[in-house]
Amino acid sequence: MNENEVRSSKRAYLAGPYALWIAVFTILPLIVILKYALTGADGHFTLDNMTAIFSPIHVKAMWFSLKIAVGCTVFCILLSYPMVLAMKHLGLGRKSFSLFVIILPMWMNFILRILAWQMILSNNGILNLFLTKLGFEPVQIANTSAAIMIGVVYDYLPYMILPVYTAIMEINEDLIEAAKDLGAGSFTVFRKVIFPLSVPGLLSGTVMVFVPSMTSFVISDILGGGKLQLIGNVIEQEFTTGNNWNMGSGLSVALMVFVLISMAFTVKNEDQGRESVIW
Amino acid sequence: MKRLKDILSGIYIGFIALILYAPILVLIVLSFNDSRSRVTWGGFTLNWYVTLFSNKQILEALVTTVILALASSAVAVLVGVPGALGIHAMSKKKYKAFMTLTNIPMLNADIVTGIALMLWLVHFIPLGFGSVLLAHITFNIPYVILSVMPRIQQMNVSVYEATRDLGAGPVYSFFKVLLPEIMPGIISGFFMAFTMSMDDFVITYFTKGAGVNTLSTLIYGQIRKGIKPEMYALSTLIFIFVSLILTAFNVFSEKRKAKTLKEYENY
Amino acid sequence: MKRFAKAGKKLIAAALTLAMCLPAGGCGGTEIIGEITVINYGEYLDPDMLDKFTEETGIKVNYEEAITPEEMYTKYRSGAINYDLVCTADYMMEKMINDGEFQEIPWELFKYRDNIGDKYYEFCRAFDPENKYSLPYFWGTLGILYDTTRVNGPVDSWDVLFNGEYSGEIVMQNSMRDTFMVALKYLGYSINTDNPDELREAQQLLIDQKPDVQAYLVDEARDEVVAGNAIMAVVYSGEAYLGHEYNNDLAYVVPKEGSNVWIDCWGITRNCEHPEWAAAFLDFLCREDVATVNFEYIYYSTPNERVIEGLDDEQRADASLVPPEDATDNCEVAVQASDEITALMNDLWKEFKSE
Repeated sequence: MNENEVRSSKRAYLAGPYALWIAVFTILPLIVILKYALTGADGHFTLDNMTAIFSPIHVKAMWFSLKIAVGCTVFCILLSYPMVLAMKHLGLGRKSFSLFVIILPMWMNFILRILAWQMILSNNGILNLFLTKLGFEPVQIANTSAAIMIGVVYDYLPYMILPVYTAIMEINEDLIEAAKDLGAGSFTVFRKVIFPLSVPGLLSGTVMVFVPSMTSFVISDILGGGKLQLIGNVIEQEFTTGNNWNMGSGLSVALMVFVLISMAFTVKNEDQGRESVIW
Repeated sequence: MKRLKDILSGIYIGFIALILYAPILVLIVLSFNDSRSRVTWGGFTLNWYVTLFSNKQILEALVTTVILALASSAVAVLVGVPGALGIHAMSKKKYKAFMTLTNIPMLNADIVTGIALMLWLVHFIPLGFGSVLLAHITFNIPYVILSVMPRIQQMNVSVYEATRDLGAGPVYSFFKVLLPEIMPGIISGFFMAFTMSMDDFVITYFTKGAGVNTLSTLIYGQIRKGIKPEMYALSTLIFIFVSLILTAFNVFSEKRKAKTLKEYENY
Repeated sequence: MKRFAKAGKKLIAAALTLAMCLPAGGCGGTEIIGEITVINYGEYLDPDMLDKFTEETGIKVNYEEAITPEEMYTKYRSGAINYDLVCTADYMMEKMINDGEFQEIPWELFKYRDNIGDKYYEFCRAFDPENKYSLPYFWGTLGILYDTTRVNGPVDSWDVLFNGEYSGEIVMQNSMRDTFMVALKYLGYSINTDNPDELREAQQLLIDQKPDVQAYLVDEARDEVVAGNAIMAVVYSGEAYLGHEYNNDLAYVVPKEGSNVWIDCWGITRNCEHPEWAAAFLDFLCREDVATVNFEYIYYSTPNERVIEGLDDEQRADASLVPPEDATDNCEVAVQASDEITALMNDLWKEFKSE
């Protein structure tokens, strides 16, 4: 073992407090949930609560959630890169100010912002008011999956912009200059230099966008008019009106397994080894 | 060509900013609405700004929210940053295991995390401000780690190793080499955590004790009867206050940057 | 960054001072002799009344709010907080009474119990046959709030929701109980039915209705009608009063097929160590001046007859505020269904929602 390795293995101890924290506040509560997930209403061991995820109703809700989560992640990625590059281009990049500007809207209460979106998108809403003033036909977005999509993209966009921003701003300017000197066009520079180096940020962002959009339920209730059911709504309902904690826990454990598998899959395709942030 | 690109960049940033700030504009307009209903316009008033300051409930909730957000994100940084550094130094297998565990609080639906934490925390502390704080730290740490980790990975470890090889102590190397490198990640992690804490309702609701209220639990309690217009006024004030601070901070740091640049040139 | 940290410290210090001064400000010079912990719906009591109670009696109130009876029950059941008083919905009262969660209310300590009309104690007998455990707090019906300028004829039946005439202009409740209730009543069944076939029939009716429904909302249903986004919505009577306040064209009706009459009650939990304090609080809530302030804060129908006597004529004539005697004729109080029926309803609801 050389000196560096010794140092690095010593450095691993820095994670000690965190490991303790995980053990006490993540793993143990998780065991509480597992206990509920694996017992039936009568208190006996059962796998029914977890396999219930394959019932047609739940599969349908899962499928819809997956569509929303994937769509949301893709839209967020597509919107984030031009944003970060534009910021970089205008030299707004290095200023922490621009970071704040992106994060600031999230300091206003979430429910208030979603209610505001409902007022914007509703049939007699602000958007339609503008459209009709400008001579366009009003649009019927309220209470559709489009409204849910707008809601989740709006809500999670900052979680994509921020890590991508952090990663891209970190890229050594000399590298980009060198590529340009070697005759690479803007697009090639992006494809060969900027994008590959931004992948860790992209993966962080994907986790922070994909996962919560999979389990959200408030947005679909308010903007989707309660007509469309995400898996988050089903789980929420099992815990509240259904008063069936076992089923609720079972479904969320199954969901957790599903998300872990799908994340592993994406990550493996994107990248190998230590570069990735998630694995 | 460059001009065109400038204009396009500006337009695009404006577009994203419009999406991000549109609902906030709505909230600001509502704060001047002289009607208790959010869907009818009753004329212009500044009344809600006056009544806001006599509303003890809202002011208390504001103080609790801010203290909670500051304290939980500070602790999350103190635990999370060394955590990220440690995890990064681990063998590939352990690294994977830890990063999976890190994601778990985010994988669970909020209501599941909230109820699990409540059932668990009850065993050793009475529910109150402390239990909410513990819960917030728990869901904040992953955001810190996820923000710091890309930084650590992009960091040139050899610089750190070189300073160590040259005889610098670990503490010195940490503060002089590592910390400045990962600082942007820490700052964005801190703000991310702060934001998550400000915004959370479900987990707070289940882990809080009687009499402890944050702005979100207060607002959720109001949805049934209609949001109090004072809430819009408060949101507007928070927005203006934070914007002012940011602008001041920005101007100040620009000045300082210019100054250091000058000193550097003189040197 | 250092500068940042320093500023942060100052901010925390300032905030802490503020936090400590604020609660103290309200208590004035009253000596605190004890405290009770109370859980209630959000915005269901004027917070000034809490301070007033503490000033008068020296009993401090730890006040907690919940949004739904189920959430309230979850917090209660976890045992995390020892609640002394719970205010919740009729069916949840029944569940908790049956589970032995309540102790008998010491009525002999009450001075103002009779301010609450007999009629309301009678409602409570549906789940509390001897009126031992529950004190009525607010009550009302479920009905239709509609825009009188946009309907084609009289609205007096649930039929308007199901005949397709107002397709795309209807807002239903996003709540299993309330929505099933509407369908069951329309079909002429009891809202407390334990017949699976009747429930299935109701579910089919709701599935057929789904394309005509604009949205299933809970809290925003009223606002959608006020804003003109929908012509009619199924709402609680209290919401209807507020709707009418914001938009004069709105009217509220309890359909002739009957509906659900709901009543929220207070109960003293079995863990309450000082029932005399809890009773003092409940008695305080029954007192005319306090009940009036509370009524004007909430605007749901009050069971307090002294308050109703004090209303002006216009308010007393408002059916959503003071339902006339015959309005509740065909109405039923919801009781807690058996576990099997609840589970079935839950499944049917999920199925319906995923259509």
